[in-house]
Amino acid sequence: MIRYLGKRIIFMLISLFLIVTATFFIMKAVPGGPFTSEKNVPDEIKAALEAKYKLNLPMHEQYFNYLKGVVTWDLGPSFTEKSSTVNEMISRGFPVSAHLGAQALLLAIFGGIILGVIAALKHNKWQDYSAMVIAVLGLSVPGFILASFYQYFFSIKWGLLPIAKWEGFEYTILPSLALAASPMAFIARLTRSNMIEVLGQDYIKTARAKGLHTMTITIKHAIRNALLPVITYLGPLIANILTGAFVIERIFGVPGLGREFVLSITNRDYTVIMGTTVFYSIILVVMILIVDVAYTLVDPRIKLADAGRE
Amino acid sequence: MKKNIFALVSSVAVLGTALAGCGGGQEAAKPAEQPAGNTQTQAPAAAPAAEKKPQVLRMNLHSEPPTADPGIAEDTTSGAVILATFDGLTRIGGDEKPHEAAAESYTVSDDQLTYTFKIRDHKWSNGDPVTAKDFEYAWKRALDPKTASNYAYQLYYVKNGEKANKGEAKLDDVGVKALDDKTLEVKLENPTPFFLELLAFRTYFPVNQKVVEGNEKWAGEAATHVGNGPFKMESWEHKSKMVLVKNDNYWDKDNVKLDKIEFSMVEDENTELSMFENGELDWAGAPMSALPTDAIPALKEQNKITTKPIAGTYWYKFNTEKPPFNNVKIRKAFAFSIDRQGLIDNILQTGQIPATGAVPPSMVLNPNGYFKDNDQAEAKKMLEEGMKELGISKLPAITLSYNTSEAHKKIAEAIQDQWKKNLGVDVKLENKEWKVYLEDLHNGNFQVGRMGWLGDFNDPINFLELYKDKMGGNNDTRWENPKYKELLNQSALESDLDKRKQILADAEQVLMDDMPIMPIYFYTQSWVQNPSVKGVQMTGLGDVDWKGAYIE
Repeated sequence: MIRYLGKRIIFMLISLFLIVTATFFIMKAVPGGPFTSEKNVPDEIKAALEAKYKLNLPMHEQYFNYLKGVVTWDLGPSFTEKSSTVNEMISRGFPVSAHLGAQALLLAIFGGIILGVIAALKHNKWQDYSAMVIAVLGLSVPGFILASFYQYFFSIKWGLLPIAKWEGFEYTILPSLALAASPMAFIARLTRSNMIEVLGQDYIKTARAKGLHTMTITIKHAIRNALLPVITYLGPLIANILTGAFVIERIFGVPGLGREFVLSITNRDYTVIMGTTVFYSIILVVMILIVDVAYTLVDPRIKLADAGRE
Repeated sequence: MKKNIFALVSSVAVLGTALAGCGGGQEAAKPAEQPAGNTQTQAPAAAPAAEKKPQVLRMNLHSEPPTADPGIAEDTTSGAVILATFDGLTRIGGDEKPHEAAAESYTVSDDQLTYTFKIRDHKWSNGDPVTAKDFEYAWKRALDPKTASNYAYQLYYVKNGEKANKGEAKLDDVGVKALDDKTLEVKLENPTPFFLELLAFRTYFPVNQKVVEGNEKWAGEAATHVGNGPFKMESWEHKSKMVLVKNDNYWDKDNVKLDKIEFSMVEDENTELSMFENGELDWAGAPMSALPTDAIPALKEQNKITTKPIAGTYWYKFNTEKPPFNNVKIRKAFAFSIDRQGLIDNILQTGQIPATGAVPPSMVLNPNGYFKDNDQAEAKKMLEEGMKELGISKLPAITLSYNTSEAHKKIAEAIQDQWKKNLGVDVKLENKEWKVYLEDLHNGNFQVGRMGWLGDFNDPINFLELYKDKMGGNNDTRWENPKYKELLNQSALESDLDKRKQILADAEQVLMDDMPIMPIYFYTQSWVQNPSVKGVQMTGLGDVDWKGAYIE
């Protein structure tokens, strides 16, 4: 187990290094720079700006400086938001995005599994159809439409919840619902199809023949098996959802991290592009590792070992 | 069975409370909704009650201001916060003219090269006195190449300002000097008739030397931010909200009526408008944000929209080195053949003004324009003559470029259609991501491309100097005319205002005779506001000043 983890961590570091390198060079290859602007400034000012942010150094020095920054977790100043550093932007934005993401995730996982299980148990009955209609809607209606829809009914028409901003629990409800819709639908469909398959298997029939209660069969025997694909999907989902969603955060005025991923690229804010990419990658690779470990907890048949059996 | 009944009862109870919650919420929300939707009828009824309304203005800042430091700010969001929290030597008043602000009085030498300002006896928001040294320090700081201020070139009018920024002169040689705590002497490169207006621009604002030197990040947090303006920063939750309160140390505090300005930072324009309509904001749209284009027709119908022209021109640039636009008559044919008024009425819809010159109305040199809008006869004639000069019988297909945006796309499509109809030319549209587009335009990789320009201060030179040098950073057209250059040089040395205006008008005439650019419209700003908000000053440059604002 420990050997396995050690190996995985080394692979994680290698992938991070490759991600940093690829991002750095692709980013530099994109035309335009942080100081390209509508009002082109005189050359001496551009030179002063480049000197201030060390963009005048040769490419390889910039690259090594950057690698050093990543290792020491000093990601540098933002070019666009002159009064903030990238570290500050991440430490301000991530807790907000993570809070919103965690709420959405809880909704998505529990809501999705419950819908999926109900649909599978009542296969081809009205419960199945209504659950799947909800799932199809959740998957096919884009987040921004859903968000505007919620705003219109819950805030403007009925005045139940605030339209936007981020000032307390009631402000988190609508964005969480909007953010949860699509993963919830996906999880529901995934759970349903796996449950149907699992419920048809012999060991479930055996359990039934033993006279076990449907509830016990579902919870103790079926769900565990049906959840494996859901767990696979959870790794990238958690990384995605915790680091913020641009559209939802924008519509609800949530001061999260999602906007930085998109706007930093538009602004060619090099340090922020690198910072957010590295941060996201770290969370992603860690989540994937955790998912692999989690398999063993759910399904004892899977063993994490690489004892030379290949 | 018992269990089931219990479940039923409890779920009904839960449902009941939930529904009750709905009802309550609905009622509670209603009174809040009303003032926004129905203010016109309510305001007069409320007035006799004569209860003083809380002097709190609720605005949306759209996005996080990148900085609150006047020396390095370069965008309008930062600019608005800085104008509220700082005061320059002058401040633009309701009449759009500069008035003494941090300066109590000033004298100008006969050659108009030396200004001496008497600094008013007033204090920073932290209680320190504002001195002439703070101004000297602020200007030199902005000119220091180490500060890397994007707007340092605004200080190039000051003697040796440009040289100091280029590192060719020492900062000590810059023509700004505090003779004593209350006297500031400024020497200029040339007589600059708009210098008093420039002083109201943020790069000329003072900064508190002690504060800036003590903390490099002073302008990033509310706790350390110090200004000398009508408001001071109470809190700044990054990307979420900012609160400004009245500054009791402000010299003119008796004329500041607002107690508080609360800024949200909601980037989505539709959300902003919904919040306004729900009574959560007093303002939506320009200058910090924009109204959603789809909502404009409805808002216009309800007569809610306010529109104001600002000093900006939307134009298409011709690459004068690439055929067929290396021929002036072809350029003219293209410029004359479009219907600007039609474009404004049908597509833009917010009262823009058709542009038949480069300089916008607020600083206009020739109010009649330099050519006629939608002049098909002249356009056809120019096209024929131009094609003869080029020796071609049919125009090749041309490419019209713009940066990716719904608004620019609609304009480009309309113009594509008009050119096809009026000149019989095939036009290909090409859109590019903003920074890629800018790079291509600056490098001359285009035939016709869109661009806009907003003035930083109220003088035509803002717009004319763009086309002075062929390779000038913002020319892009590769056009150059020695006569034009000469006229602009002359204008810089001329101290007589009327003569200078005539020289600049002659220069604009040269520009329009050669037509390297095709002006389309002059910008306007449009917004909706709570009618009980009064006294918000929108300047002709598109800035907003809340100094005199109040709630009625």
